[in-house]
Amino acid sequence: MSNVQEMARLIRQDIITMLAAAKSGHPGGSLSAADIIAVLYFSEMKVDPQNPNWPDRDRFVLSKGHAAPVLYAALAEKGFFPKEELLNLRKTGHFLQGHPDMKKVPGVDMSTGSLGQGISAAAGMALAGKIDNKTYRVYCLLGDGEAGEGIVWEAAMAAAHYKLDNLLVILDYNGLQIDGPVQEVMNSEPLADKWRAFGWNVMEVDGHNIEELTASLQAARNVAGKPTIIIANTVKGKGVSFMENQVGWHGNAPSKEQAEAALAELKGGNSND
Amino acid sequence: MTEQLIDWKKAKKIATREAYGQALVQLGEENPDIVVLDADLAKSTKTSDFAQAFPNRFFDMGIAEQNMIGFAAGLAAAGKIPFASSFAVFATGRAFEQIRNSVAYPQLNVKIAATHAGISVGEDGGSHQAIEDLALMRSLPQMTVLVPADATETKQVIKAAAAYEGPVYIRMGRLAVPVLFAENYKFSIGKANIIREGQDATIIANGLMVAKALQAAEELSGQGIETTVVNCASLKPLDKDTILKVARQTGAVVTAEEHNIIGGLGSAVAEILSENYPVPLYRVGIKDTFGESGSPEELLEKYGLTSTVIVQAVETVLQRKYLK
Repeated sequence: MSNVQEMARLIRQDIITMLAAAKSGHPGGSLSAADIIAVLYFSEMKVDPQNPNWPDRDRFVLSKGHAAPVLYAALAEKGFFPKEELLNLRKTGHFLQGHPDMKKVPGVDMSTGSLGQGISAAAGMALAGKIDNKTYRVYCLLGDGEAGEGIVWEAAMAAAHYKLDNLLVILDYNGLQIDGPVQEVMNSEPLADKWRAFGWNVMEVDGHNIEELTASLQAARNVAGKPTIIIANTVKGKGVSFMENQVGWHGNAPSKEQAEAALAELKGGNSND
Repeated sequence: MTEQLIDWKKAKKIATREAYGQALVQLGEENPDIVVLDADLAKSTKTSDFAQAFPNRFFDMGIAEQNMIGFAAGLAAAGKIPFASSFAVFATGRAFEQIRNSVAYPQLNVKIAATHAGISVGEDGGSHQAIEDLALMRSLPQMTVLVPADATETKQVIKAAAAYEGPVYIRMGRLAVPVLFAENYKFSIGKANIIREGQDATIIANGLMVAKALQAAEELSGQGIETTVVNCASLKPLDKDTILKVARQTGAVVTAEEHNIIGGLGSAVAEILSENYPVPLYRVGIKDTFGESGSPEELLEKYGLTSTVIVQAVETVLQRKYLK
């Protein structure tokens, strides 16, 4: 098992542990993004846990801010703050807010949670990099239900208009949102065609395949003059069999018993392979 | 005191948006981190001056105010000092939640510089006349809210906003208004300026109502009533000390603003007075109604934003003051 795969497995365990401790939060969309986040933080991105505000770092914006646990887990595993803090998620007086807060959490580059706004801010960061002739890249994780927000398309238009090839968006296409399947709640297909029509470089990958994710991120670096979106096909709740593809696990924390069962499965190891 | 003021009735009128355009260009020369965003209104908001001087630091975001604010947040997070401009209705209303969650909540260094505030927009009518923008912006934690009264103050306000680290909302107008202040006038964030002194009552105003307040003070003086006039360009943070000082000295207060009487300067002053030192108060402003099409001066008259209305308001609070 590669280091990144191992990290994805640890991140999934952290997600379950912290959500069980918090007794609220969003497991489904955190687990679906675990492989993507593992690739970003343990292979792709140039960041320094000792210097979280390093001006030349790559940036990451979690536009689907409710998946905060997956980001916090990666930041803790990376060393931005002690892992014990994960157990204080969503608790009064502690810094791990229900949705990412850049003022409180080292390594969080943008406060998010209100859907659609993250991609707009990420594009603004990419524009700043262009103005300053910096080489840093800006990464943004977008939800599929999130594409219902109009600002996503405003940002898509502007990022292509300003040729932000230093902006890389990954769409966590797990197919489910709170009220049901995305295509039933508000059909967003044909998604790839939409992004292409907006002037983006579009790639489609298996969002749980580390090699595919890594290779597509590498390929995106060679695309000049336009932003890239990687549509990552994922499974909501991935890695915990009783959560997979279950819309009910969008925003409910596991009980102590459910968490134990989930952790046993995740420690077993092969759900991800 | 009075040396802060020029002979303003003889001075030429300049819209605060015009002064904004000029101030931006000067800022751009001084600070390479200043960038400017607009939403297809650059010719009207006067950010076109900056666009011409610094084309590489000007970004037209098209008709997409929400995304303009999101981009501004990202630019600020990466070290830039963005000024984002549109008409006040759209800048604060259309993009309110972006301002709330992507600017104010993370306390990012974004300057929302809106023009065409108030009913003095005129002919475009009620859809384009922001009467609620100050209420919206004032209710956001960590937001600074500035309302310059003339061209001289606008230049200082823009400079102060750029020097201040954090979110700022600046409200400016379309209409040419009298230049009031001499070059030695000094604006500071959080400070109200006493620009005329009198013992009988106080008029606290901002924006284009400051000139009307000075006019009213002169008319009242002719009747033997001497008023203090306070220019309260810093709506938030509000200069509590100065407001309480003049309330204690004069015992009667009138506020005057080109905004709904709900949520703006009148409300802010009422909150401070009622909790600390209640005195008779009258709020001159738009009386919880939308505007309409018309010439700016006719609308100001129709909606009660005149020196005559301020004079009547002072007479009203004086009656209540002496009844006590």
